Amino acid sequence: MAQLPDNPDALYGDVIMEHYRSPRHRRRLERPDAEAEEFNPFCGDRANLQLQLAEATSKDAVIAGVSAVAEGCSIIQASASLLADGVHGRTVDEASDLSQLFRDLMQGKPLPPVALEELGELSALEVVRQYPVRIKCALLPWVALEEGLRRLR
Amino acid sequence: MTTAINTPGAPGRDGSGQAHGLDVIDPHRIRQDFPILHQEVNGKPLVYLDNAATTQKPQSVIDAISNYYLHNNANVHRGVHTLSQRATDDYEAGREAVRRFINAPDANEVIYVRGTTEGLNLVASSYGRKYFKAGDEVIITGMEHHSNIVPWQILGKEIGIRLRVVPFNDDGELLMDEYEAMLNDRTRMVSVVHQSNALGTVNPIPEMVELAHAHGIPVMVDAAQSIPHMPVDVQALGADFLTFSGHKMYGPTGIGALWGRAELLDDMPPYQSGGEMIRSVTFEETIYNTLPHKFEAGTPDIAGAIGLGAAVEYLESIGMERIAAYEQALLRYGTERLDGIEGVRMIGTAEEKGGVLSFYMEAAHPHDIGTILDSEGIAVRTGHHCAQPVMARYGIPATVRASLAFYNTTDDIDALVKAIDRVIEVFG
Repeated sequence: MAQLPDNPDALYGDVIMEHYRSPRHRRRLERPDAEAEEFNPFCGDRANLQLQLAEATSKDAVIAGVSAVAEGCSIIQASASLLADGVHGRTVDEASDLSQLFRDLMQGKPLPPVALEELGELSALEVVRQYPVRIKCALLPWVALEEGLRRLR
Repeated sequence: MTTAINTPGAPGRDGSGQAHGLDVIDPHRIRQDFPILHQEVNGKPLVYLDNAATTQKPQSVIDAISNYYLHNNANVHRGVHTLSQRATDDYEAGREAVRRFINAPDANEVIYVRGTTEGLNLVASSYGRKYFKAGDEVIITGMEHHSNIVPWQILGKEIGIRLRVVPFNDDGELLMDEYEAMLNDRTRMVSVVHQSNALGTVNPIPEMVELAHAHGIPVMVDAAQSIPHMPVDVQALGADFLTFSGHKMYGPTGIGALWGRAELLDDMPPYQSGGEMIRSVTFEETIYNTLPHKFEAGTPDIAGAIGLGAAVEYLESIGMERIAAYEQALLRYGTERLDGIEGVRMIGTAEEKGGVLSFYMEAAHPHDIGTILDSEGIAVRTGHHCAQPVMARYGIPATVRASLAFYNTTDDIDALVKAIDRVIEVFG
């Protein structure tokens, strides 16, 4: 494995720690249109996602309600919180695109120039790439998102 | 081979009462035998505290394996040629070394397996299928590794046996009254871990065996975590089966041993079938080979068995009593140091325990602790340690586990404590 960054605390920057300590969108939805949960049996991490559309019947409806609850380390919790912020107000297709963009970021694929703007605060998780064993922590809530989006379709 | 034993009366590391017992071994001389320890990880000297997962290998073990492939590689018990004879001699010398190490009456009772998991599966599958019937019971404990739970569960579904689980108290000590009450005329087997991998608890095997034997029930012992760290004598324990892995006792991966009483093994059907395990085969009938070959189908892990023999010889050269005394002293030192850190909760505080420091911090998830420790060059295990029922018992998802070996030093513990301070700085 590659040597870790010189600063051992590089992983624990302001954005990640802020979202870990004060995760957004944890409140459960009363009437979610879709719910999905993912579990990692190796470490016990868990991510549960609820999604609600502004108009449940419209294809172009935006995600008006999102609840993301993650149990586990700082990375999964920050990732879930940032995910919830990120998909809130997007359509199902836009959320799907964001998810793909985030996966590409985590897998080190070349990103289009507009990607960083699209990802916003989510780009703070790029540092996780330097800790390969932790990438799955960051991705788990997104696996739940993709399942949730499938159910909305 | 280097021996790393201080002369009597040599001073302890710092002469304090805390370090009492640390002078029975000079870990700095021991460390010369382990090439892998002399490296930097993430810019820091490696501090290897993941010995319950696997131990590092001394040069003598590495050399024994290389020597086999360099000079003696041949199949065993088959050819009449010289190389085959050398390979067979060394392979069987490993078996005899294991017999001596665990004080088994007969080397034919020592069966090479891939490791503890296979040893447990062999007994569950072979003994269990022959003797268990619907309604029978098998007793295990609440602190078993998954490998001593799942084989019995599978058998349970197949045959309809019931698994009984001995609970333990908050310190991680078995409730012996409950165990005693569980033993009855439906019990067919007690299968118990000698030393818990997650908690470090050393269970009272002789007492458990005595109670089981009073009901005529055989006892299987999972010695994976005990055999690298203390004298293990199958006759003193009184067990009927005992199994362990080579790689946790400074030997190679992929090899281990199952010991069982000959009278039990003799009546058990083979676990796997093929070459080596047969005496004669026609298309109508097969006559099985004698012990131990009946249970060793196919070409075995010859290099592994030779490496295991070398690991045994290495441990004998230091002495298991000494190793146990040193590791107990290091455990006391580590327990005191970790107890002194606010926010660290020790998981597993049994009176009788081995060198396992399992802990939990409210402030940071074990993964985050593990990452920070790794950045300081410290290797520990984080997770549920394949013992999810233990985690559930304490209501936590996972722990950080620092596990000791006799090449660890008080400096290693000090580095761990310092790194935990870093965790508190980041997450506190």
